[in-house]
This record gives sequence, C-alpha cells and structure tokens, in this order.
Amino acid sequence: MAKITMREAISQALMEEMDRDPAVFIMGEEVGVWGGTYAVTKGFYDKYGPERVKDTPIAENAIIGGAIGAAMVGQRPIAELMTINFAFSAMDYIVNQAPKLRYMFGGQFEVPMVIRAVGGGGRQLGATHSQTPDAMFAHFPGLVVVSPGTPADAKGLLKSAIRSNDPVLFIEHATMYQVRGEVPEGEYIVPLGKSTIQRSGKDVTIVTYCKGLELSLKAAEELAKQGIEAEIVDLRTLRPLDMGPVLESFKKTNRAVVVEEGWKSYGVGAEVVSRMYEEAFDYADAPILRVAQKEVPLPYNRSLEQAALPQVSDIVTAVKEVLK
Amino acid sequence: MEKEKSLQMYYEMVLIRRVEERGVELYQAGKIGGFMHLYIGQEAVSTGLIAAREPRDRVITAYRDHGVALNCGISANEVMAELLGKVTGTSKGKGGSMHMADTTKNMWGGHAIVGGHLPIAAGLALGDQYAGNDNITICMFGDGATNIGYFHEALNLAKTWNLRVLWVCENNQYGMGTAVERASAVTEIRQKAEGYGMKNGQADGMDVTKVYAAAQEALQYIRETGHPYLLEVDTYRFRGHSMGDPERYRKQEEVKKWQENDPIGIFRAYLLRENIATDVELDALDAKAEAETQKSVEFAEASPEPGLEELFKDIYAA
Repeated sequence: MAKITMREAISQALMEEMDRDPAVFIMGEEVGVWGGTYAVTKGFYDKYGPERVKDTPIAENAIIGGAIGAAMVGQRPIAELMTINFAFSAMDYIVNQAPKLRYMFGGQFEVPMVIRAVGGGGRQLGATHSQTPDAMFAHFPGLVVVSPGTPADAKGLLKSAIRSNDPVLFIEHATMYQVRGEVPEGEYIVPLGKSTIQRSGKDVTIVTYCKGLELSLKAAEELAKQGIEAEIVDLRTLRPLDMGPVLESFKKTNRAVVVEEGWKSYGVGAEVVSRMYEEAFDYADAPILRVAQKEVPLPYNRSLEQAALPQVSDIVTAVKEVLK
Repeated sequence: MEKEKSLQMYYEMVLIRRVEERGVELYQAGKIGGFMHLYIGQEAVSTGLIAAREPRDRVITAYRDHGVALNCGISANEVMAELLGKVTGTSKGKGGSMHMADTTKNMWGGHAIVGGHLPIAAGLALGDQYAGNDNITICMFGDGATNIGYFHEALNLAKTWNLRVLWVCENNQYGMGTAVERASAVTEIRQKAEGYGMKNGQADGMDVTKVYAAAQEALQYIRETGHPYLLEVDTYRFRGHSMGDPERYRKQEEVKKWQENDPIGIFRAYLLRENIATDVELDALDAKAEAETQKSVEFAEASPEPGLEELFKDIYAA
C-alpha cells in the first residue's frame, strides 16, 4: 500500500469523487487559480476548470449559504473555509440553517454538502487564527462533524462525507498535512459515525481524535517503554458520536484519559467522559482525566503557544496518574 | 390583462386575506402558537409577482410567508394545518407559520432569520446555473433585510457570477418597528443594487397590475441577459409586525391612509372599471374564498397532531 501524506489523501478523495459524480464541485477562497492555501486543490483548476473549482469572494456567508442552496437543488458542493476560524463569520449557515432545513420543513429539503475547514493551533498565527472549536459545532443536531487523524481515514471519511445526504463539517488540522500513512488506492470508504481502535493495549484507554491521535500515539510509544500498554480509541466523527469502542475498551482497562486539542471547558472530553460515567461508572478504577488546551486565547510566541497546547508529556503524566 | 388570470389573482388575494383573518381568530383562541406575521395589506406583492413566474421558477421568501405559499399553489388546507401544527401541514407541523414550503410547487420556504435566505437563494440559482438550467429564482425579503451583511454578500455574488435571481424587496416601510429612514442609509432600497452594477426597478405594491407588469419586465430581462435584477416594491402592512405588536412606532392616521389604498379594493375597482369582471362574478369569488377558508379551518382542526415518533424523524438522512 502506498504511503502518502494527509494532503495527498484529501486531494485524492476530492479528485476521485469529482471524477465519479459530476454534481460534485468545489467553492471557496483561493481554491482555484491559487491552488488552495494549503495546496490541497493544487492542479484542480486546470483539470476541472472554473465551473467546478470556483474561486469565491472573501464572503463566508455567500460561500456556505450559496453551497446550501446549490445542495438543496441537487448538487453536491464542497465549500472550503480557509480556516475554521472563519466559520464564525458564517455561523448562521453552519449551525442554524444547514442542520435545520431537513427537519424544519418536514423532510422536504436535503443539504448534501461538505464544509472543509482547517483548524488547530501550533503555527504561531495568533489567537483568532489558531482555534480548535470542534465541540461547539458538534453541539448541533442535524450537522455531522468529522475530524480525521490519519491519511487513510481522511480519504475514506471525506469520500463518505461527499456521498452523504447530510451537511458534513470536515475538520482538518493545519499541522498535519505532511503526516504520512498507508492509504489504499482508489475506492476506499470509511463510514461516518464510527469510532475505531488505532492501537491495542490492556492497561489504559486513551480516547482522542485528529491531532490528539498523533500526540497519543507518541505518548503510547513512551509508555510502552515503561511497560504500560495503552489502547487508543479514535473518535473520528464527533457527531453522531460512536461510544461503542470507547466503552468496550474502558470496560477492559478500567482507566482512561481523554485527549483533545480544544479547550477543556465544555469540550469533547467533557462529553465523552460524561457518557463514560453515565454508561460505565462501575467499571472505573480511577477518575477519568482530560488533557486539553489551557484556558487561554492562543498566544503568538512559540514557547507560550506550545505551553498552552496539549503535549505528549501531558498525556504520559495523565496516564500515569490514572494508573496510580 | 386576460380575464381568467385576473380573476385568479383576485381570488388569491381575497383567499390570503380570509385565511389570515381566520388565523388571527385561531391565534387569539390559543390554537396557533409562536410568532405569526400577517401579510394583510401586502397581498398584491406576492400575487402579482408569482402570477408572472413560470412554474419552473423557484420562489423563496422570509417569514411573512402565508400569502406566498398560497400564491405558489399550496392549498389553504395545508397552510392552515401548518399554522395549527398538524401533521397534514406543509411542513408536517414542524415548521409553523414562518416555515412553509412545498418543493413540488417550487416554493422553497419561508425563512425566519432576517436576510439569511438571500445567500441560499443565490445558491439555488447557483445550483441551476451549474446544472445548465435557465430558470429563475425569485427571492423576496423585507426592507429590513437590506441592512444586514447577508444581503450584500448575496447581491455581490449574484452579480459577480451572474446568477439568475430576481431579488424582490418588499419595502413595507418598517423593519419590525423601525422606519426605513431610521435604519437604512438610503430610503430608496433599489439604490443599493446600483453599488453592485445590478439592473433595478421600482413598483407600486398596492396595485397588483403594476407589480405584475414590473415582475414580467424584470423576469424577461433576466431570461434575456442571464443577469440578476432587483425590484423594489413599495407596500404597507395593515397589521402589526407580528401578533402582539403594540404599534407605538406609527400613527393610526398613517395606517388609515394606507388602508384607503387596500390592494384588494384597488384591484376590484380596476376589474369593474375595465369591464373585466362584474360585481356578481367578484362576489362569487369572495364567497368561494370564504368557503375555502372555512373548509381549511375544518380540515386543520380535524387533522391529527404529529405523533411522538415524528420527534426524531428527519434530523439526518434515513
């Protein structure tokens, strides 16, 4: 199997789906002539032309609102937000329109749309361009929220997202485009709404997703050297949330740490841990801990920024704490 | 205007009036909940506009949508049932007064976030453009919606990409209780289209024949050029913004003055004056609208409530 980067995997998924279905088109800021600010759609403009790779004005309401309308009449737009921080400019469409239209009109409307958005900190972009606000989007019924942690999942999940008849927010991480992994060529589908085990272990469960997976895998290597075998559950989809593998693993290890890049308060970890206690309280041998971003706006300075973001060492420390 | 079409338009205007008057009674009786925004006084706008469309043209509007729904061919039964939250309503009782739609009638919804449906309207037209269709999306909104960013992003996109949208601003002089001149830098809304290099026009919204003619001209322009068009229609709502509006922001003399220009009265006088219809014919249409309304109330009241199984239905694709 070919080892390719996350960027290539996403690019592959987009291209395969555009080749497969003429209803699929891309719209967003600098997706065309520029080739995408993260170079994901490099070459697309030349291959598919301006009709299918649409450069938009810098106007997030027009981008997401327009994509919703096109989806309602049967197209399958992929709307790109240059960063997820610009989603706030189009919040009404992402949380108040797209997820409600099917329900509010008695099932008459369908919004088969994907919003691709780049999130995450660690690139010294300052507080307004570095956020991981995944949890707030996952709050809204009607929206599907996906955030892959491996190139293979990125490809398989994105292909599912494009074929889904629901609006899907697909969150990529700004620092992970160069991450390499084995990715099956051609038709490769990963179902939405399914968590998975990314590493098996018997001593402790680490629940995470996206950038947290990269950090947790590194932490697990260090822990293994100390004789601790961590099992890593990757959520992959935040809504609808699949707790099956999480609970199964926790019932086996009885100890768990939840790792996310976003803020701890009201975060993904808060939801996951609540559900673990609600559904498997009797299996807990120690309080479940959360590793997350410090409760500050992310600063520009490199060392301050890294001090705010969750680190591999934070995960190792938390695991040792729950194993005490 | 040909007789058959004129009589149909007259009938629709009277039907809107009767359905909403009964709606008021049912609201006051506690049978209709939530917000309810009446179209009374503005009937000529959507009636003239939608009479000028072809069936393949899409219509999308704001929350003052009962009239638009009826003009698009949604039955009074379904409108009334939706008001009463019944499963037989246009949106199965899950949308209410502000969210009526029927895609089979090309009525793409009442939408309740002010200005929020404008980029979506651009998107409907974008989808058609992408598919190679040459139909038009008619997007209606109030004067209040032209001060919010959505309006400007949508108009800019529509002109930049030449999307086939007829933007129709129903200028009813107030955004809720704030008069146009207190909220908008220009009181003539059509001027806002100029900034986007968009062809525009204006019509008297109390006279359905004028709305119809202006809509025909605008639609023809869009069909011929493939460019969008903004039509400002001056009108007035005779009732409050929604039920329970104390109306402190306007004087009763002002309301009375506009009510003297009742769009139904104006059109009736026109039909008689031009010998298009007789009193007898128009009285018969009045009676038919009354009967249709009565039937819709009976239908809605007799219809079942949505079952609890509907609560979790249609959140995601099955």
